[in-house]
Amino acid sequence: MRADCIVIQGSNMAECHPVGFQWVVEARARGAKVFHVDPRYTRTSALSDRYLNIRAGSDIVLLGALINHVLSNELDFREYVLAYTNAPMIVSEAYRDTEDLDGLFSGFDPETRAYDPSTWRYEGVAEEPAAGLRAEQLEAGQAHALAAGPDQYGAGGAAAHPHPTTDPTLRHPRCVYQVLKRHFARYTPEMVEELCGLSRADFAELADAIIANSGRERTTAWVYSVGWTQHTVGVQYIRTASILQLLLGNIGRPGGGIMALRGHASIQGSTDIPTLFNILPGYLPMPYSHADENLDAYLTRAGGDTGFWGRKRAYMVSLLKAWWGDAATEENGFRFDNLPLLTGDHGHYRTVMGMIEGTVKGYFVVGENPAVGSSGGRAQRFGLANLDWLVVRDLTQVETATFWKDGPELETGEMRTEDIGTEVFFLPAASHVEKEGTFTNTQRLLQWREKALDPPGDCRSDLWFYYHLGKLLKERASSDDRDRPLRELTWDYPEEGEHRDPSASAVLREIGGVGPDGRALSAYTELRPDGSTRCGCWIYCGVYADEVNQAARRRPGREQNLEALEWGWAWPANRRILYNRASADPAGRPWSERKAYLRWDEERGEWAGPDVPDFEKGKHPSYLPPDGAAAEDALSGTDPFIMQTDGKGWLFAPAGLADGPLPAHYEPLESPVRNSLYGTQSNPALRTYPRPESPYNPERSPRFPYVLTTYRLTEHHTAGGMSRPLAYLAELQPELFCEMSPALAAELGLENGDWATIVTSRTAIEARVLVTERVRPLRIQGRIVHQIGLPYHWGWGSGGLVTGDIVNDLLPIAVDPNVYIQESKATTCDVLPGRRPRGAELLRLVEEYRHG
Amino acid sequence: MFARWPVIRQLRGQDGRGQAARSARTDALRPRVEEADSVARSVCPYCAVGCGQLVYVKDGKVSQIEGDPDSPISRGRLCPKGSASKQLVTHAGRQTTVLYRRPYGMEWEPLDLGTAMEMIADRVMRTRRDTWQQEHEGKVVRRTMGIAGLGGATLDNEENYLMKKLYTALGAIQVENQARI
Repeated sequence: MRADCIVIQGSNMAECHPVGFQWVVEARARGAKVFHVDPRYTRTSALSDRYLNIRAGSDIVLLGALINHVLSNELDFREYVLAYTNAPMIVSEAYRDTEDLDGLFSGFDPETRAYDPSTWRYEGVAEEPAAGLRAEQLEAGQAHALAAGPDQYGAGGAAAHPHPTTDPTLRHPRCVYQVLKRHFARYTPEMVEELCGLSRADFAELADAIIANSGRERTTAWVYSVGWTQHTVGVQYIRTASILQLLLGNIGRPGGGIMALRGHASIQGSTDIPTLFNILPGYLPMPYSHADENLDAYLTRAGGDTGFWGRKRAYMVSLLKAWWGDAATEENGFRFDNLPLLTGDHGHYRTVMGMIEGTVKGYFVVGENPAVGSSGGRAQRFGLANLDWLVVRDLTQVETATFWKDGPELETGEMRTEDIGTEVFFLPAASHVEKEGTFTNTQRLLQWREKALDPPGDCRSDLWFYYHLGKLLKERASSDDRDRPLRELTWDYPEEGEHRDPSASAVLREIGGVGPDGRALSAYTELRPDGSTRCGCWIYCGVYADEVNQAARRRPGREQNLEALEWGWAWPANRRILYNRASADPAGRPWSERKAYLRWDEERGEWAGPDVPDFEKGKHPSYLPPDGAAAEDALSGTDPFIMQTDGKGWLFAPAGLADGPLPAHYEPLESPVRNSLYGTQSNPALRTYPRPESPYNPERSPRFPYVLTTYRLTEHHTAGGMSRPLAYLAELQPELFCEMSPALAAELGLENGDWATIVTSRTAIEARVLVTERVRPLRIQGRIVHQIGLPYHWGWGSGGLVTGDIVNDLLPIAVDPNVYIQESKATTCDVLPGRRPRGAELLRLVEEYRHG
Repeated sequence: MFARWPVIRQLRGQDGRGQAARSARTDALRPRVEEADSVARSVCPYCAVGCGQLVYVKDGKVSQIEGDPDSPISRGRLCPKGSASKQLVTHAGRQTTVLYRRPYGMEWEPLDLGTAMEMIADRVMRTRRDTWQQEHEGKVVRRTMGIAGLGGATLDNEENYLMKKLYTALGAIQVENQARI
């Protein structure tokens, strides 16, 4: 909205987040320059100033070249970079870059395919900063890196020494600035042309625009979506953008930032209060199995003691008190020993392998449809078919609930209903209007929904289901020690209505936290490490401040400024722009009047502006921490990145990442292109799960010559369970199609509307061909590379009014080593004219491709 | 009388969507939202933009879902999915009763909700007992690898909270949702 330039990359915002896109349209109408960088020309491109066609999976080359352009011409926002980033920090002599090791960083173990990050540290602080990390390395070794990547350190990231050696002139050859300069030197416009397929003129136009629109007077925003995250280098995509935006001074300022557009109503909420294996609410790490694991040891390992993460004991103890109440005492470590412990990767795809192998017996699937929605759907369905019991809760009979009676493996003869032993319970769910509760949107905003009416029949909310299931399980708990966490679990929520629904407000109030007097807390700074406060998710602390459901506030937008602080409630502390201290210069003055946001008000002795300061309100810009200061007191008045141990934006990440302290371009696991930047082809630390149910296309295989990417349409939602059954939406987009260029269609002898079969090592599917100039062939390394695009909304069931083959079945199960997200945006395939074979013939075709 | 014929009115230069289209019947029409018994302030259930919705209910049924003009995020707008969300709630394909498929069974069978809950609770306790790991490779882990969960990104924060709380107390660690995917 306040940006002067917006780069949308890895997102089709106009079609996938149309109502959010109105703000981009408005910004453009007011003069902002809008770029769209994507493998497909879409409505987002049509409404941008410039569209840049890029090969799927090559974005780090482009972003890296922009960084190189900034660094080699010293176009960075130097005052911002010096004051607010770790550019001047000196990196250890032991560090070796991809420049030295042909695409690897120091510390790589080829046997475990994992990094030991100890050489990535700053100089001279080997013992101190990484104490927790080192203890882990000594004991758990690389298993730790397999466990959870950076989440293991919690919200603060890994610890780094707050005051390492620095060189403010940025001349020292090992200062972060120079390390970056050297690392990105080979990311040139020529390389962009060779690997991304983007002309030098296009690159220059983008580079000039972001430079012209960054600095004191102007800001540039980057917008991304799963076009960036769903890669085996997904985390490093975002890192590259962060480095660029920090160098340009575009973080923490109005109209700046990196905006993630997320795809589900509360996908942000389900990360904050995670139904994820490796974290507890508020990004506290799940404990890991160490010989001495207890609360103290856990907190030592969970990151540094400086910055607001330094209060992690208060956050953790308050969580344990919320869960185990009076049973959690100082003497028993607040029942830390009620928590189960991790030993490695327990992510979604690893769990599916556990089903196939027979270790996972029972599975709850709620509002999700992995049989058609996850990569490598065949592995999913073979896993489901090997369970003892399966509980599916949804609005319709989704494919995950019915695979045993109508799944594709029945047609191929690989499964027979009478042989599948899985016991299946389908429980109908309440819709979003039939229950009350909060969603957290993509901007961290919690909005309370009122209940409009009761759900029909046996439909119940998931709150109802888990609450009543919990009661039944507590009744069944024995006096055995194993059942103690269940027996002691606090589970007393007021019941409401005919169906005895638990009170969602009472649950939200528990999440928001209460003090020693039982009153709702107003801010996470009120949380105490002594067990006197209880809080289910520290970053949501204050959502029930003054005993008022803050998320239910609805002061109309037109009566407020742009921040609209009285509509809903944003975590943390209702702040709308994170790290907004950086919107002012070190002395506390706005960088320019045009980009004024927060300023230090000397008279009142506090920070003032249209937003809630993401900083201690009364901390003077000249504040310097005394020796031995802890938590936020250890950060100075010029350290805006208050969750970091050193308060700085990290251009170079001395710890915390599983695949390197800096981003490097690696090709997707399955790519038709050789990595011309390094001898290392794909991310050396990526994870695969090789099984007969989920094989891989060989690298640069002539059998799979085309780049395949997947995407969404405006009229459908993810795997289609919430859109295929709706008449309007089904009619608007009735059928799966495959977008390809006229050139590729001609090469294959296909015309618009024909059937085509798309083949990978996993399976083959059929789709109608949509011949369109929106997809253009690219010249990569001197030869033509074709890309095709497939929307992935179809399946055979879900009460759908329209059906179609399952695009996700084509995809490999290969994941990023930091967060275990799968690579679904760039893979390889072959395309054949005509419909796919049926039954056993289909298996034969795929088998030929695998071994042909 | 002649002057009231729509074609005459249109020829006389009136906008075909305005006066020219009026009749006694259209004059008597009232918007569904006006006749609603109640309205709830809600949020669209599809993507994560978080557009405001107004959910109108008449005679115990959702009669209309519209964009909430008060929302500073959406300013009253909804996309095709959000605009169609009344059908999400009211379409005939919604399953409203519990279904049960016994092991090796060929078809669904009906099941009482209360019975289903008891049966699920029994299975959780049995699987947990059978697959309990007190230790793994010589170190304490206190968990079951036999029970897993998937889902949460389409649910409420309060629901995710109870799920994570209960799973953790059970020692079920393989808990995941779409945010990973």
